[in-house]
Amino acid sequence: MSGDPVIDVRGVSVAFGRRPALENVDLRVEKGDFYAVIGPNGGGKSTLLKVILGLIRPSEGTVRVLGGTPFERRHLIGYVPQYRTFDFSYPVTVGEMVLSGRLGHIRGFPRRYREEDLAAADRAMETMGIADLAGQEICALSGGQQQRAIIARALVGDPEVLILDEPMVYVDTPTGEHFLNLLTGLCRQMTVLLVTHDIGVLSSRVTKVACLNRRIFTHETAEITGDMLEGAYHCPVDLIAHGLPHRVLGEHEEKERP
Amino acid sequence: MISIFALEFFRNALVAGLLASVACGVIGTYVVVRRMVSLSGGISHAAFGGIGIGYYLGLDPLLSATVFTVAVALGMGELSLRRRQNLETVIGAMWATGMALGILFIYLSPGFAPDLLGYLFGNILLVPRSDLLLMGALVIVILVVVSLFFRDFFAVTFDEEYARVMNLPVERISLLLLVLVALTVVMLIQVVGIILVIALLTIPAAIAREFTSRLGRMMVLAVALGMAFTMSGIVLSYLLNVPSGATIILVSAAVYGAVMVVRRNRTGALAV
Repeated sequence: MSGDPVIDVRGVSVAFGRRPALENVDLRVEKGDFYAVIGPNGGGKSTLLKVILGLIRPSEGTVRVLGGTPFERRHLIGYVPQYRTFDFSYPVTVGEMVLSGRLGHIRGFPRRYREEDLAAADRAMETMGIADLAGQEICALSGGQQQRAIIARALVGDPEVLILDEPMVYVDTPTGEHFLNLLTGLCRQMTVLLVTHDIGVLSSRVTKVACLNRRIFTHETAEITGDMLEGAYHCPVDLIAHGLPHRVLGEHEEKERP
Repeated sequence: MISIFALEFFRNALVAGLLASVACGVIGTYVVVRRMVSLSGGISHAAFGGIGIGYYLGLDPLLSATVFTVAVALGMGELSLRRRQNLETVIGAMWATGMALGILFIYLSPGFAPDLLGYLFGNILLVPRSDLLLMGALVIVILVVVSLFFRDFFAVTFDEEYARVMNLPVERISLLLLVLVALTVVMLIQVVGIILVIALLTIPAAIAREFTSRLGRMMVLAVALGMAFTMSGIVLSYLLNVPSGATIILVSAAVYGAVMVVRRNRTGALAV
């Protein structure tokens, strides 16, 4: 059991109508990994995450999560969807929204929050640095604050693995670095799988990288190599990352600051 | 003025208005925050089919409408949960099919044609005592179910996908909520009629949303507003001798418009 990968995707294909979204994708995330999947928009990144979460059924292949099916295990996953999947004008406070992430752990009927749930919500908001916003309505928050609230909701269930879909999209640049540090802190405590189209956000703590554009390219290391990028992006490598096979983040940070 | 309160039909009308307000405040809140307005419109118009079938079979139209409307809501739920993208089409089809069934069955029914306008636009002054009991029972069912499933309804109406990831029974919770919408619609038909239901379901909740950011408080405020609108609408319609359903809706709409204007002037922009 302990040897099982946290996430084990084998030979997964997904098609929407006649358009293939994923083709024969393998992905193995081990305990403690900080795994980044990069790839262009429309390359199937969100689809892959939804397959792992059991929200989309693959037409071929198998998915195992923590030794079980996605359906059996997904309540042990902390999921940060690509933002704006719900309505921010919904009348709910940050505290209530974060707390709702515990509902998957409350078995009784009717579902009522217990002391431990309230404590977990406080901890999660503390971790994400939004404890002072607990009483605020979610539509009153900035993009970055909303994103932290969404991550806090994912953390509140004490997940074994955290799955993040484009976590940096709505985070403004000044807070971006602080935000990355937060994520890096989280990856010390749990397995993290992150997808992004923006190579610039990759932290130096990423332990494995894959490139995904319908098909997946990886060496199961933290190195992004030319063949992976060419496979995923179908364009000359030096347009995307410079001086390969160096770590990508450091390069980008230097280049983007005048 | 006092004398009208001594009349039984008038007291019945007020009680019916109060009961309907409770249902429309609580369920209307979900309709507004979950954006189920056109779905509710479809359910209410489809209810006309149930009324027609009731007449044809010689049943209490309110009872047959209840059964039929719940069935329609469950059907729409099944279709929308299985094939999300077609929901708008399904609503349109059910909307018109229900109305068509109603007209057809009423035409085929033997004897006098019933008061169609009463069902389409409501006639709260004609609510019989027996219907008050049924309405009271429906209100109790709605309140009990909502209090038991408050967290579940929140999870599903706020973020259905995340509720799924948390392994909540999203389908069953959604269908249960649709059943409550159907029951509420049936109650409101008595008060304002099939065509005007949608306004009483949405306007009190929409006004309440302007003043609170909590779901529970929104429900309480929407109930209070609904009561104020139905009471003042009933009294006004009696005094002016005009149709009650339309008066209730116009009172609600006038307050809604006024609130919008005041809020817009104060904040400089409309909260969407």
